Amino acid sequence: MQALKQFVRKPMGVIGAVMLLVVLLIAVFAPRLAPYDPQERVQVTPDDILAPPDAEHLLGRDDAGKDVLSQLIYGARVSLIVGFTASFMSMFIGTTVGLVAGYYGGRIGNGLMRLVDFLMVIPDLPLMLVIIAVMGRGLLNIILVIGLLGWTYTARLVRSQTLSIKERQFVLRARSIGAGGARIILRHILPQVLPLIIAQAVLDISVSILAESSLAFLGLGDPTLISWGMMLNFAFERAISRQAWWFLLPPGFAIVWISLSLILIGNTLDEIVNPRLRTHHLFDARRMVALAVGESAGRRVSEGGQDGPFGCA
Amino acid sequence: MERRDYLVRKLFFAFTTLVVVAVFNFLLFRILPGDPVRLIIHSPRMTREAQERIRATFGLDKPVWFDGERFQEGDILGAFDSQFTAYVRNLLRGDLGVSFATRQDVSELLAERAWRTVVLVLGGDVIAIFLGMTIGLIAAWRRGTPLDTGILLFGLFSWALPTFFLGIILLILARGHLPTGGMVTAGLKPEAGLLYWADVGEHLILPTITMGIVYTGEYILIMRSGVMEVLAEDYILTAKAKGLSTFRTLRDHALKNAMLPMVTMIALTFGYTVGGAIQVETVFSWPGIGRLMYEAVQKRDYPVLQGSFLLLAVSVVLANLLADLLYSVLDPRVKAE
Repeated sequence: MQALKQFVRKPMGVIGAVMLLVVLLIAVFAPRLAPYDPQERVQVTPDDILAPPDAEHLLGRDDAGKDVLSQLIYGARVSLIVGFTASFMSMFIGTTVGLVAGYYGGRIGNGLMRLVDFLMVIPDLPLMLVIIAVMGRGLLNIILVIGLLGWTYTARLVRSQTLSIKERQFVLRARSIGAGGARIILRHILPQVLPLIIAQAVLDISVSILAESSLAFLGLGDPTLISWGMMLNFAFERAISRQAWWFLLPPGFAIVWISLSLILIGNTLDEIVNPRLRTHHLFDARRMVALAVGESAGRRVSEGGQDGPFGCA
Repeated sequence: MERRDYLVRKLFFAFTTLVVVAVFNFLLFRILPGDPVRLIIHSPRMTREAQERIRATFGLDKPVWFDGERFQEGDILGAFDSQFTAYVRNLLRGDLGVSFATRQDVSELLAERAWRTVVLVLGGDVIAIFLGMTIGLIAAWRRGTPLDTGILLFGLFSWALPTFFLGIILLILARGHLPTGGMVTAGLKPEAGLLYWADVGEHLILPTITMGIVYTGEYILIMRSGVMEVLAEDYILTAKAKGLSTFRTLRDHALKNAMLPMVTMIALTFGYTVGGAIQVETVFSWPGIGRLMYEAVQKRDYPVLQGSFLLLAVSVVLANLLADLLYSVLDPRVKAE
């Protein structure tokens, strides 16, 4: 598609995509790549505890004597699973709420937006922390908590887009020939909103991954799995006084790696989708005027006033 | 008059949110799996009588919401003698229960630790706002240049960096140079006056820097994006056509207009800021509300968890209300929705 061509031209996006691909490959081929199986019980001697890197253990050993590198490799799976699942959930809910609220408006729309406002005001981490503390630790709980709380921004975004799209020519025409609400939403409005949603989804995945790692660091991760956040939890409690940097640093860098890759991709997508962010009057006034003239001449330039992920309402 | 409507609306919204938060708080800890009594005393060999006595002490022998039987007996007021009413009554009195772990009054515990979190959050946020807005403005103005790309990358990088990990890195780097844990060096008492407070200040440096870096990055991105949108508006072109200098355009038009969404975003992300404080306090053992929550999670100290959550949620709601008020002052176009 045209967007893909634009994407490939932007170095930041391409770098992000490559970085993400690396993580995906590592996660998929984890059993092949990891030198040891992290779930396997091993006999350890006191010397093995927090042992520094050597030929057999490239990243040394953790506080239980297990190989750090293998845990790091398998940790990719948890991050990706949580990230994609929770994000999918929140994008789905957010888009549905946004479309319905935007298209139908009135009492339903206002009611939904009040709900969005409620959720947005309540602080994320404390709420998630408290819910997991009560409901118990577990992968499903974490995914649910992140997914069910993270949809509000998307809902607002989609709603504001829907509001402007529904007044456009082709929508009015569809309505005049009697097309029903659901049909209009799905066939006409959704395709227009889709690029925005995709850009937002990528960023949402990174937010979910960061949320999981924060929860895991604070001790609320799934005890049966290894995630990078949990590794940092153990490392922080037990390795920091021994300066065991091989246990402390790699998981953190891994989190940064995957978040950064998604953010680079998402930011690039956002720049493509939101043309207002490309240039402005103080920088390239001539181009701006040309764009404006193109707009009024009837060429389809994307609507302005959109929200970027770090943009304003 | 329209502005007054707006404020009343916002106040009402804040109030309802607080009510919802309070009710949610109550519900959350009543749906705990397992018997709450067991959570208090961990011995499995507790006798029936002991259980009943504990239940009575904590009011757990009353019905959760409403006592149907007593209502039918004609005891209407008594029908409301439930856990929920007790909760509300206590809440209004400022009684948030007693810590499972230390038997201390939760409200007391929160009161003594609250200012520590406030200092941390305020310090970090104020630095972050100033730096973030300035650098973000510069980045937007210099859109497309290497400077902008560099700033953008810094912003994106700090977004990808988990707050607690940045704390850990700074901790490792500063080891030996700056205090890395706690609030004061052991043994130093408040009676020592200035010496004590200087020591506290020293301990505050690393946590505040951590908070500062994380939020500066975020505000840079927000400001940059906001200013870019403003600079793409027609009135900027008008200003330029009028011959207005770049500096004046930026100051009088761009900055002023970008401030409004910035204020909204700062308020919106305040919840996130509070979440960051929890992480930073944990890493640096800074004894504030955040660290309290972390410890309460570990010790399963539910009253403390409940109380701290309530306090944090209330603070964020009030902060948002404040931001709404500020917004209405800054933006003369504010109308009732």
